[in-house]
Amino acid sequence: MVRDALSKGTIYLLLSLGGVLMLLPFLWMLSTSLKAPNQVAVLPPAWVPVPPHWENYAEALRMAPFGRYFVNSVIVTTLSTIGELLTTILAAYAFARIRFWGREVLFSLLLGTMMVPGEVLLVPNYLTLTKLGWIDTYAALIVPWTASVFAIFLYRQHLLSVPRELGYAARVDGAGDFRFLWEILVPITKPALVTIALLKAIGSWNAFLWPLIVTNSREMRTLPVGLTAFTTEAGTAYELLMAASAFVIVPMVVLFLLFQRHIVEGISRAGIKG
Amino acid sequence: MDERPTVASFFKAAFYLAPALAVLGVFTIYPIFSSLLLSFYADYDYFHDVVYRFGVDNYVYLLHDPSFWQALRNTALFVLGVVPASLALSLGLALLLRQRLPGMAAFRTVYFLPVVTSVVAISVVWRWIFHTDYGLLNYVLSWFGVSPVPWLTSPRWAIPSLIILAIWKSLGYNILIFLAGLSAIPEVYEQAARVDHATAWQRFWHVTFPLLAPTTFFVSVVSVIDAFKVFDEVYALFGGNAGPVRSALTLVFYIFEKFYREQDYAVAAAASYVLFLLTFLLTLLQLWIGRKIAYNR
Repeated sequence: MVRDALSKGTIYLLLSLGGVLMLLPFLWMLSTSLKAPNQVAVLPPAWVPVPPHWENYAEALRMAPFGRYFVNSVIVTTLSTIGELLTTILAAYAFARIRFWGREVLFSLLLGTMMVPGEVLLVPNYLTLTKLGWIDTYAALIVPWTASVFAIFLYRQHLLSVPRELGYAARVDGAGDFRFLWEILVPITKPALVTIALLKAIGSWNAFLWPLIVTNSREMRTLPVGLTAFTTEAGTAYELLMAASAFVIVPMVVLFLLFQRHIVEGISRAGIKG
Repeated sequence: MDERPTVASFFKAAFYLAPALAVLGVFTIYPIFSSLLLSFYADYDYFHDVVYRFGVDNYVYLLHDPSFWQALRNTALFVLGVVPASLALSLGLALLLRQRLPGMAAFRTVYFLPVVTSVVAISVVWRWIFHTDYGLLNYVLSWFGVSPVPWLTSPRWAIPSLIILAIWKSLGYNILIFLAGLSAIPEVYEQAARVDHATAWQRFWHVTFPLLAPTTFFVSVVSVIDAFKVFDEVYALFGGNAGPVRSALTLVFYIFEKFYREQDYAVAAAASYVLFLLTFLLTLLQLWIGRKIAYNR
């Protein structure tokens, strides 16, 4: 259809034009982050700074504890992801393979909660954490995010697609439910779990509003929160601001390039009933 | 595994569900109800956790708060600015990216990159791009004889700046969903239209586009809800404020201010329920429009 309307050259031209616009902010960030302060506000801009000032990254690290923010982000992302995987595997197994009273009602109730925007939960969750004394702790950044209806729903779909005969075969071999789940089902559905973990990790790494609200001290900030605080500290030192932004952006870009297939598949699947 | 629900299977299920339900119960299910209740606290004392009176006062307060209306207006403008443009562009790009030509995979990667990127971090980058005097955007516009636009410093341009950033950010996700939807359409239909000598445009408009309706509906619902909840971009573009003269105050930013800066929990809860209601109604509306279009063809 498209090929009848447009020539090959036109297709490439349009896609390249759009592609440049998509990449420009990333390139502009890297380019500015390597400039000397007196090269930043120069027009026309030099795209390749000569010589590259790698010390901007060290300088940004010196001005704000980005190392600490980075460690916080890694801890929060890792533990939220592991937590979500555990709760998801167990709950999805119950919904997919165990018949129990109230199963459909409970599942519908959980799916219903997906309609509710997260902002509705903000105030009560903050009050709950205050009561628990968790404000400004890792627990506040991690625990509320260790279960997800969306993930349970997605993984249940995958478990349902595993032939039931497998279960009977395992039964004959004398494996109990728990062993059957961990030794047979989990390895079979590993690609799905990798996808769920990746989507969770990206979401957790980039989360902003929640960490902004539940952290008070500098030591507990995650990268995005630390970055917004840094924007006031750095003022107009754009070369440092761009270096700091790169701290937040580059790890996810690398993760994406490594696991592109999984991430893309996961999002397509979640969007279209897979 | 077990064919009939039994007492044993009930307890077994309870064991498997306990961890997830503990977290979801405390942090998802309970707050949905407690937030609703909180939004009706008319007179209360947080220190001693006593409610003296329930009522619709918080909702009445919202109706009389010019800031709230400002936030609604801005949010509506933002949604109208982002969603149709993003949908049209991403559908067009998805059609191009579907071609079996060399290099398409690399293009897809490029278009998808912004999706995995931290909104806050990339907004800081855009803040620099939008800079009135030294920003890349005004520099490029100057080639075409456009005088510098005060993107982030004038109330007139605050929402348009947000719209530009949000379109750029949302394209990749929408393209991906459209690609998945397009690949699910059997090629037979288009071949049949080809046999009937339909032009490329006719084939798109009368064959592909109607068959793509469920995908388009899904993308538009997700986009509307997403755009409705815009917050991170505002916070990062305008340095923790709602833009020049609060011209970029959006609904979630309003909730954030009420809750975090003014500690007015009940009003914040009421505003969050208004957000919930609006996104819900908009979803129904889109469903209705989708049905009408589908049946009236």
